[in-house]
This record gives sequence, structure tokens and C-alpha cells, in this order.
Amino acid sequence: MNNSLIIGQYVPGNSFIHRLDPRTKITIIFFFVFIVFFANNVPSYGVLVLFALTCMFTSKIPIRFIMKGLTPVWFLIIFTFILHLIVTREGTVLFELGIFEIYSGGLIQGFAISIRFFLLILVTSLLTLTTTPIEITDAIEDMLHPLKRFKFPVHELALMMSISLRFIPTLMQETDKISKAQASRGVDFRTGPLKERIKAIVPLLVPLFISAFKRAEELAMAMEARGYQGGDNRSKLRELQITKLDIFGYIIFVLVIAVLFVTRTYG
Amino acid sequence: MRKALIEFRNVSFRYSDTNPWVLKDLSFSIYENEFVAIIGHNGSGKSTIAKLVNGLLFPQEGEILINGVTVNEETIWDIRREVGMVFQNPDNQFVGATVQDDVAFGMENRGIPREEMIKRIEDNLAAVGMLDYRLTEPHRLSGGQKQRVAIAGVLAIYPKVLILDEATAMLDPRGRKEIMQTVASLSEQQGLSLITITHDLAEVVQAERIIVMNQGEIWAEATPREIFSKRNQLKEIGLDVPFVAILADELKRAGIELTKEPLNHEELLEELWTLHSKT
Repeated sequence: MNNSLIIGQYVPGNSFIHRLDPRTKITIIFFFVFIVFFANNVPSYGVLVLFALTCMFTSKIPIRFIMKGLTPVWFLIIFTFILHLIVTREGTVLFELGIFEIYSGGLIQGFAISIRFFLLILVTSLLTLTTTPIEITDAIEDMLHPLKRFKFPVHELALMMSISLRFIPTLMQETDKISKAQASRGVDFRTGPLKERIKAIVPLLVPLFISAFKRAEELAMAMEARGYQGGDNRSKLRELQITKLDIFGYIIFVLVIAVLFVTRTYG
Repeated sequence: MRKALIEFRNVSFRYSDTNPWVLKDLSFSIYENEFVAIIGHNGSGKSTIAKLVNGLLFPQEGEILINGVTVNEETIWDIRREVGMVFQNPDNQFVGATVQDDVAFGMENRGIPREEMIKRIEDNLAAVGMLDYRLTEPHRLSGGQKQRVAIAGVLAIYPKVLILDEATAMLDPRGRKEIMQTVASLSEQQGLSLITITHDLAEVVQAERIIVMNQGEIWAEATPREIFSKRNQLKEIGLDVPFVAILADELKRAGIELTKEPLNHEELLEELWTLHSKT
């Protein structure tokens, strides 16, 4: 059994950020995504960076976990930086690089966009680092609740999400088992031209899909036998609760927004 | 005479009009606090019986009564409250993200208040010896542990009858033994009927009564001791005879007369060491 298997990137902890209600975290991040685009000068960017870094340090998540989360996007950040550097034609020409002319406006624009990107990714990865997938699912179910009036299947969506999360490790273990079984029969997943390697995946996917369908059927029967009749009249074991911590969190965030707008106007 | 909890009255069932009958004119009763084993080879119709009791399937002919109520579309939700079922594959009946979420699932479906749920989760996980694993995810549990969680989840809604539908088939011998011990002692404590459906004869020695199914009909209905004495016929309908019974046979052939049909190793041992003083 593979015990190192972790779904998502949740790092257990008991920090202020960990203990916030997942709905609070999602709401704050949602608005943070907007206000990032309101920053227009050095002090206002400073406010945002300070906020994000404070969140990061209060979460007590080791830096290496956060960096690991950022690895796939470093490329994107650097790429947008270079793109802005080359394409923007504002301000004075700083120097020429072959056929490209680098303007001062491009340099500033490039920095600004990269910082925005960095902040967005840092803050959203803090959400997944400090919140279990199941908490996020509960939060989404709760926050989408008003849509029920428009016949949107909120409960079903949340159930689908939580069952998928529950079965990811199971199916991963199964994939591992099948790939070993196929490898022992001579299927080569690792070498050869790309086309051959893609072909080799077929004998992996077919049994996996067949077993997933069988699991689905049995699970549906087991759920029905245990009295599942859809979302109506159900009680819930996991309960989300807004506490003083959340109110404190909201107040801090509102203050950050206020300071941001002050620095934006007068900075 | 005990009260009949489950009653089959001339039940016939087939999956579709063109398929052969899976169950043919079946009638039997299971009483309160009784431990009944239903055995038979694959395709003998034994699992179909479980699904009919729970209203997952409905018979074409005949009638099934649970606690005096006929199983039909209108009554299934009340009946499922009284009939708890544990299935074969430990993974495919684990709904929750953690052990306590899974135990809660059945209670959530019935709208049981949260405080009550927490209390029942503790009680029932303690009863199956899984309280230390409350927050564990399913992929970190063994098959036997998952089945014990499934049992806790079923017992948490206080059913009147617990059906194990090949619930130990995918476990190792140790897990199998543990589950059967847990279930037998729990059903005795809580006074619920227990039906175990299996093709493993070794598992049914504790049962009060065994119903042997063959080709959709009741082939025999008797105590384990009586059933085990018909071992040659059992072999003919495709059931494995336990090792102890075969050994007892061989001993008899060698001229050693046993006073009774041994059900397990302990009984055979008892017979053998007292043999000399008797003769």
C-alpha cells in the first residue's frame, strides 16, 4: 500500500489560516483576485505583497511546499515578463537588443504583471495548502446553495466531487496494479517512440474504465441500500461554522482593501 | 414460537422475461434474533435473495414480508431502515471521505440530528473496534477494516436484521474470522437477526440454521451438523466441504467411530482425545 499518497497538496496544521472557515478563505481569495488589478503604483503593490506574505507566514506552511506549488507557473511568470518587455512600446528606450528595443514602460509593465501573477498563485495555493479537499467541497456546496432555487443540482454536484475525491487514491492504486500486471506481460510504458508509448496506455485504460464502471454500479447499489434518496431531508455530519476568527479575518481583509485604495489614490 | 421477521411466500424471480428463473417458488421464514446462513454455489440465487429483502429487486411472483410489511415501491425506504446490508467489495461500498463520514452516511440519509450522529458514530465504531481510526481515509485501511466500518455504518441506524452478502469473500482468512466474530457477538448483544450469504461452508458453523440453495430452490434447510453430514451430496451441488468434515470421513473409513459430526477443529480434537476412554 502506498502511504505517501496525498490528494491535492493539503499540509496539515493548526494555524490561524488553517482554522478559518473554508468559505471565508474562498470569499477572501475571490475578492483578492479582483483587487490585485487595482494596484497601480509601488505603495499599492507593496500593500498586496505584504498581505500575501503575511498570510503565507501565519499559515506556517514550510516555504518548500509553497515553492513546489509555484514550480509549474514560474515559466508562465517569466514568459509574460519577457513578452511585456518586448512588446510594450512606452516610455524611453533603455537599450537595444538585436532587433528588439527595450522600453522603460515595458520593464515596469513586465514587473507589474509578474507580481500580479505571483500574488494570485501564491494566495490560491495557500487555499489548497491549508484546506482539505473535502472542506473545499463543503464550502462550495454551501456557497452555491442559493442556486438551488433555479433547480441547479448543488447537492449532487458536491456529492460527485466528494465521491471523486474519495476514489482518486483507490483508482490510483488500481492503475498501479494494472500497469504492473501489463508490464509483466511485456507492455513497455517507458521507452520507444511517443506513438508507441501512447498505444501502450490503451491496455492500461481499458481495464481501468471497466473496473470504474463496475465500482460505480456497486457503489450506487450500496448507497441505495443505505437509504440514499437524494439531497432532500438529509442531515449533515460535517458542519461549517463562522467563528470570531472568520470575522477577524474579514476585518483584516477589509482594512487591506481600504489601505490599498488610499495608496492607489494618494501614493 | 418466535416471530417471523422475514417471510418469503412463493417467491419467483428472473432478471428479464427471456432469462431463466433465478428463484423458483421460494418460501421460507427467518425469525427474530436468529442467525441463518444461506449457502450455495455461484448462480444458485443466494445473492438475489438479499437484494429482494432490501427492495433492490422486486419479485415477479409471490410476496416478501418484512416485519409484516410487504416489500414494494412505497415501503422500501421504511424497510431499508430495518434491513442493513454489507456487500462483498469493501472498496465499492465506502462512500465517505473518512471513516466517520462513512459511518454517518446512512444516518445523514435518514436525517438524524448531528449530536445524535456523533454519539452513534462513537458507539458503533467502538463496537467494531475501529474507534481509533475515526479520521482515517479509506485507502489507508485494510479490507477487513473497511468491512468493519461498513458494519458500524449499518448498525448505526439500528436495523432489525443484518445481511452479509458475501461480505467476507474478499478478505484473508484472519479478516474473515474477525468479521464473523464481531458480527456474531454484536447481533447477540443487540438482539438482531443475522443472515450470512456465502459459498464458504467453514463460515457457517455458528449459524443456528442453514438454508442450502441450489438452482433457485431450497435444497436443504437444517442445522449445521445435519448439513455437514450430507457432505457427498453437498459436493454434487458444487460446495466445498470443510477440511474437518473430510478428515472425519477419513477417520471413519479407518475404523474410528466418532460420536457426533464435528463442526470445527476443537470439536474434532475433543472427540479424538476422549476416544480411547470411551472404547
